[in-house]
Amino acid sequence: MNLEKVIFGFFIVLAATLNFGFFIGDIERPELHNVYELAAALIVSMIATALKFGDRTQIGAIHLSTSLVADLQLIAAALTWGIAVHITGVGMTPHVTSSVVSLSGGALFANVVSVIILIVETVMLRR
Amino acid sequence: MGNSAFFLVLRRMRAPIIVLIVIYGIAVIGLTLVPGVNAEGQPAAPLSFFHAFYFISYTATTIGFGEIPNAFSDAQRLWVTVCIYLTVVGWSYSVVTLIALLQDKSFQNTLTTNRFARRVRLLKEPFYLICGCGETGSLIAHNLDRINQAFVVIEKDELRVQELDLQDFKTDTPALAADARLPDNLLLAGLKHPKCRGVLAVTNDEQSNLAIAIAVRLLNPDIPVIARARSPAVKANMASFGTDHIINPFERFADHLSLAVAAPERFRLIELLTSLPETPIPEPHRPPAGHWILCGYGRFGQALADRLQPTGITLTIVDPGAAGADQSITGDGTEAETLRQAGIDKASGIIAGSDNDVNNLSIAVTAAELKPSLFVVLRQNHNANTPLFEAYHADFAMVPSRIVAQECIAILTTPLLARFLVEVRKRDEAWSGQLVGRLQGLCDGLTPTVWGIRLNISEAPAAWHALMHDKPFRLGDILLDGTDRSRRLDLVVLMVDRAEDCHLLPDDDFRLAAGDHLLLASPLSVLRNLKFSLQNANELDYVLDGKETSGTWLGRLLNARLAQPRP
Repeated sequence: MNLEKVIFGFFIVLAATLNFGFFIGDIERPELHNVYELAAALIVSMIATALKFGDRTQIGAIHLSTSLVADLQLIAAALTWGIAVHITGVGMTPHVTSSVVSLSGGALFANVVSVIILIVETVMLRR
Repeated sequence: MGNSAFFLVLRRMRAPIIVLIVIYGIAVIGLTLVPGVNAEGQPAAPLSFFHAFYFISYTATTIGFGEIPNAFSDAQRLWVTVCIYLTVVGWSYSVVTLIALLQDKSFQNTLTTNRFARRVRLLKEPFYLICGCGETGSLIAHNLDRINQAFVVIEKDELRVQELDLQDFKTDTPALAADARLPDNLLLAGLKHPKCRGVLAVTNDEQSNLAIAIAVRLLNPDIPVIARARSPAVKANMASFGTDHIINPFERFADHLSLAVAAPERFRLIELLTSLPETPIPEPHRPPAGHWILCGYGRFGQALADRLQPTGITLTIVDPGAAGADQSITGDGTEAETLRQAGIDKASGIIAGSDNDVNNLSIAVTAAELKPSLFVVLRQNHNANTPLFEAYHADFAMVPSRIVAQECIAILTTPLLARFLVEVRKRDEAWSGQLVGRLQGLCDGLTPTVWGIRLNISEAPAAWHALMHDKPFRLGDILLDGTDRSRRLDLVVLMVDRAEDCHLLPDDDFRLAAGDHLLLASPLSVLRNLKFSLQNANELDYVLDGKETSGTWLGRLLNARLAQPRP
């Protein structure tokens, strides 16, 4: 067993599960989408990105790019939340909530791709 | 290749970045959980994510705007104290890692290698690849630079590469500190670059030169390779796979010395033509025939003995360690007693040819004291000892690095010269003596530059057009000064090469044809003058018949009208 592989797999799957946890639920109702879960998803996703730095293989490059997409989507979601609550002051209206959640939905898709690549990589593994 | 430095940074920075993200995460989430206080001192809601992130961002980077948006509760202050220490540690760790990385030897190597590879890739003009920049290599580099020829240098010793950067070359020369024996480094230095014209393997190490020669033969067989070899075995090895030119400084010098004994005028001519351009003319050497003493019987001594004995010279060989030497003589020639034993009183010359510069000087000085009329041939091994050898002023000095550099330059810059030298060997002494006289008068006290030009569309387009179409001319017609055609240019046309047919020293009435290859000897300024005349149609018109035309379409039309006879 390779500790590095454990940590790597752990963070990638955790990023996907947290993202899923935030995403699931009626898209318009703010009480079903906890902001802490979004924060956790963002942090774990960024750690997962950093873990993929420096891998020069083809699969490593795809890994990094999907992770960057997920980060971008989650940061956009967090910004939308921050702007609505603190800058414009509209609060979590159904409209804002659905944008935040749909952005995280995009990130979820990227995270799912990440997980699929992880599985493919594991299947291809010869050692 | 190019972004390997970028990947290296990413890989090394992975840990610090993850630590930073974790610390930020803990700090921000913690701050959104600790209850705050409002203006009236009543408990209030904790900071939201937005404010918490804002606060941690400016606190972690030690900017510190104070407690925004409201004054903090004591619980928040407690947590912020923890956060400050956490984040400072995180940032310091990142910065220290980054600085350590920038100072890392392997990282800097990656950066310099990348920069070198990019500079070589971007080279637009034809260049030579010089492997090994010791005494020989730097001599070649300086002479290539003088004639505006680009080159790339690979040298094993990093200090020498740094010195190379400090010397002011006219062109920007890419140099890499790497082992030229490795094919990867040769490829990096442009071995397969479309503009690479040739490779010079002139390192100090025989095996390296051999490895370079074979790598070039296999990786890019179309370009010539010139290699230096000291031992006959390596020379034979190089010749076996078709190395274009193999230069053995010992054999070359032995050839020169024996030629100087047998045919002094012809030797003088070859010396003038092959010495480095625009350097002081070497003094004439007149080594006497008769009996000689040879001190040092290594590879150099053997090469000399092989070539001197056929010219009629008898040799006494002094070398306590060599089998072929005269064993009845004790000592290596540095003591007067040894030299007397070797028969210095009836000798006419002495060769100090060991591989130790101090011993060679000692032999020469001792011998000259015993018999001042002796002809002294001195071998210099290291360039660093030049002041000593100049002070002693031997009759004939042999500097291996200079011999190799001279030959490389002669081969590279004027391929036609080799053919001319073959022809020279068929002529008699009087012919050589006459030509020497003409060459010595060319550029007061300096050696002439020997150069070639082909009258074809790429090297001399104006002359080519004139010869192909309207007005053929004779050789004498173009040897006029392009600034004032009443003056003749100071040059000697050594040879005209026309399709395997060589015409030596053609006279002014010689009819030129398109495609002729001319070999000339002249000062550098005359070279530029004549080249310009042959390349520029207007200049050529002026030189040929004194017409100063502008060359425009309108100008030509008017001239044609004026030239027409009126009815």
